[in-house]
Amino acid sequence: MEEELKALEEIKAKIPEKILRKSLAKLPELSEVEVVRHFTRLSQQNYGVDLGIYPLGSCTMKYNPKISEEIVRSPKLTQMHPYQDMSLAQGILRIMYELQIYLSKITGMDKFSLQPAAGAQGEFVGALIMRAYHRDRDKRRNEIIVPDSSHGTNPASASMAGFKVIVIPSNDEGLVDLEALKASLSDRTAGMMITNPNTLGLFEVQIAEIARMVHEAGGLMYYDGANLNAILGKVRPGDMGFDIVHVNLHKTFAVPHGGGGPGAGPVGVKDYLKDYLPIPTVEFNGKEYYLDYNKEKSIGRVRSFYGNVAHLVRAYIYLLALGPDGLERVSEISVLNANYIMMKLSKYYDLPKAKGKFRMHEVVLSSSKIKRDTGVRTMDISKALLDKGIHPPTIYFPLIVEEALMIEPTETESKEELDRLIQAMIDIREQAYKDPESLLNSPQNTTISRVDELKANHPKSLKLTWRYIR
Amino acid sequence: MKSKRITHRFIPNSVEEIEGEILAAIGVSSLEELFSSIPKEVRLKRKLEIPYYPSEFELKSHCKEILDKNVSADEILCFLGAGIYNHYIPSVVKEIIGRAEFSTAYTPYQPEVSQGVLQSLFEYQSMICELTGMDYANCSMYDGASALGEACRMSIRANGKRKILIPKFINPERFEVLKTYVEPLDAKIAKYSQSLEDGQADLRDIEAKLGEEDVTCLYMEQPSYFGYLEQNLDEISERVHKKGALLIMGIDPISLGIFREPSSYQADIVVGEGQALGLSMNYGGPLLGILAARGELLLRQMPGRIVGMTTTQDGRFLAFCNVLQTREQHIRRERATSNICTNEALMAIASAVFLSLLGPQGLKDLAECILAKTSYAIKRLSEIKGIKVPSFNAIHFKEFLINYQKKDCYEIHKELLKRGIHGGKIVREEFPELGNSALYCVTEVIKKEHIDTLASNLEEVIKY
Repeated sequence: MEEELKALEEIKAKIPEKILRKSLAKLPELSEVEVVRHFTRLSQQNYGVDLGIYPLGSCTMKYNPKISEEIVRSPKLTQMHPYQDMSLAQGILRIMYELQIYLSKITGMDKFSLQPAAGAQGEFVGALIMRAYHRDRDKRRNEIIVPDSSHGTNPASASMAGFKVIVIPSNDEGLVDLEALKASLSDRTAGMMITNPNTLGLFEVQIAEIARMVHEAGGLMYYDGANLNAILGKVRPGDMGFDIVHVNLHKTFAVPHGGGGPGAGPVGVKDYLKDYLPIPTVEFNGKEYYLDYNKEKSIGRVRSFYGNVAHLVRAYIYLLALGPDGLERVSEISVLNANYIMMKLSKYYDLPKAKGKFRMHEVVLSSSKIKRDTGVRTMDISKALLDKGIHPPTIYFPLIVEEALMIEPTETESKEELDRLIQAMIDIREQAYKDPESLLNSPQNTTISRVDELKANHPKSLKLTWRYIR
Repeated sequence: MKSKRITHRFIPNSVEEIEGEILAAIGVSSLEELFSSIPKEVRLKRKLEIPYYPSEFELKSHCKEILDKNVSADEILCFLGAGIYNHYIPSVVKEIIGRAEFSTAYTPYQPEVSQGVLQSLFEYQSMICELTGMDYANCSMYDGASALGEACRMSIRANGKRKILIPKFINPERFEVLKTYVEPLDAKIAKYSQSLEDGQADLRDIEAKLGEEDVTCLYMEQPSYFGYLEQNLDEISERVHKKGALLIMGIDPISLGIFREPSSYQADIVVGEGQALGLSMNYGGPLLGILAARGELLLRQMPGRIVGMTTTQDGRFLAFCNVLQTREQHIRRERATSNICTNEALMAIASAVFLSLLGPQGLKDLAECILAKTSYAIKRLSEIKGIKVPSFNAIHFKEFLINYQKKDCYEIHKELLKRGIHGGKIVREEFPELGNSALYCVTEVIKKEHIDTLASNLEEVIKY
């Protein structure tokens, strides 16, 4: 220590004043116990899956197994530096390699990259792969087609990768309108981004025909894996005609969402696109696992290193905990639960599009009639659910449904919990007709009452750090 | 009580409930009927080939067996850095982010039941702004590299120009990611030179490159990728702003305990890797991309989530919620500032906890401790004949280059490894002009004895 202090004094004498900080950063000054109490108290003001049903549509808020949490805390993982000699990283490389293979089997793809940090980054990678693929063939292809029911990230990712976005309307059945698709295809078509089942929870029954049309026009098919939970072991994107997929490990494969991330969005492709994947991929030469940087056509990197590795391990554990039958069961019960909710609630809420058809993993209801009759909006219904201790569904999405309530229960909710949600929504509807005013003041039982988002966004009252109030 | 048969411990509905009430309520007789909308020709007609470990015990043993093949930085003497750092993580950080109320929550779409995540992220944003001196920060990007990519895209949107100037000695991963991010915008990237002698930026080269048309921004780092401090940032900043370009500054948040904050250089956008603030190395992820900026113009161009402070509608309570969402993909779709949705929120919370524990003096002490160790390491290692430490004649923080003058860097690496020492990252491939060099890193977890051990072993290996 003495010699280090001596070295410090020597170096401090040499550092020119002009690169030194003049005053300390104004960080909190607290004891350990105060920090612990502060953040523990904050955590108590937060809802999570471990507290109850979290039926956000297209978010797949399923239970996150605790075994994964214990294993990823091992120093054998946490204390691994990404530049360590590969001979010291054989364990983690093996897990990554095997995960690439399992994801390929589940999606029907040939090769995976684990690098993307989230679903949207996976989409960005996918769009860049389309860009590189077409550049090697035909530069003019600069359009990506998305249905109007698509997730917001799809058009945003396509646009970020330099494409013009062509939006096509859904038909009355809530599915891709083949006529509209046909009309939008041209020699400028680079590809189509789509999720199946779609955001209405409906399986695109014409998917093989859609893929055929897009391929015939010279485009590629991109599968947004946000809704993969519905089809594990039942049908694979690769067999439906998709060329590129991303999977959200933080949805389908039970990685916790962390209050908005981190996630992980590996991307898989068919054989003819594998040279475009980000570098490096994890390979095995029969003896050793290694990172392969040798890809001339690669789109490059979208982040440092190899991916959100701790999450890759969680997903790996989850897959092995379920096995082939378990994974299939996951999809069966997630679909069962969504249809149960649809049957119970469609007497009370509107079911836009495709009445009488089964849903897959999620169902979209609408409260537009309730709004017309009582003035109570979807927003009010969601706040009333909070008062009953239930996290509301995704609201106002997909954009093609008015006053939408998009419900995805997942397979990890019991019938009892589903019935609690169903009864709460029935009761709230009844209250809307009896005493609409009372709902406008909800929630009252939460940590705080309804938040003033207008004030939060108004230029005059915008406060983005604590400096704004000091 | 009637016993319930469940098919898997993660799936609570029992066989009796499924086959009884639920299927009946839906009006079907089997689960299979629910999948009838999937055309037969695309259905998977065999089982997935995935191994199955029925019991938690077997699964845990299996994973342990595999992970045991790793040799972690706890088991060898590891001098790796180059973007990911082995800092000590206080127990409180792990405890807090392990709380399921935080870790099993979704993005805070319903602020009334998400105040915990929202306030924590607001505090993170505030602390990043205190560290950097900027006006606002978002609540995280994926990592420091993608933050740089997004920052350059912001700059291009803000002033419509397309050439990006970056230092010659930039983190190669960061450079690769930047290329990927701006390629679709037809942006050009040019590198300004830095001296082989002391690493300092070549002001004349910067001036010449700024003189060319169409420069949108200049990116500079403090400390540099090779750990040395740049002395002429004021001069660079002045030249950049005189030409109407933006200044993007890359930081190591720990170094801001002692070195000048970016706002004092009039930086317009600040990016950085936040992993050093209480995140495990985890073989490279999850990480934390810091992105902060100043001014009204750039605020509208910010990607990602931003949390703001407000009140409840009745005005009775302080409250937090996501703000300025019209920039984002779920509202603006193809016209959004970025496609980012899921970010690294929990990692931002971890770093808020970390910074709260350290406090102003703690951060300064930590930075000084690292500075002391760096200086001692350089002093001790420079006694060794046959290597040059540091390669650049400058002040260093946390990292420095060793140039192995007498022997091949890979040979030295292998020899050290046999002795339980992991040498620095070899940079010869990416920076051939620096020859047989490796980038070494010392943080507060490296003891004086460790440095002495490295020194004596290096001495032997070089003679060998």
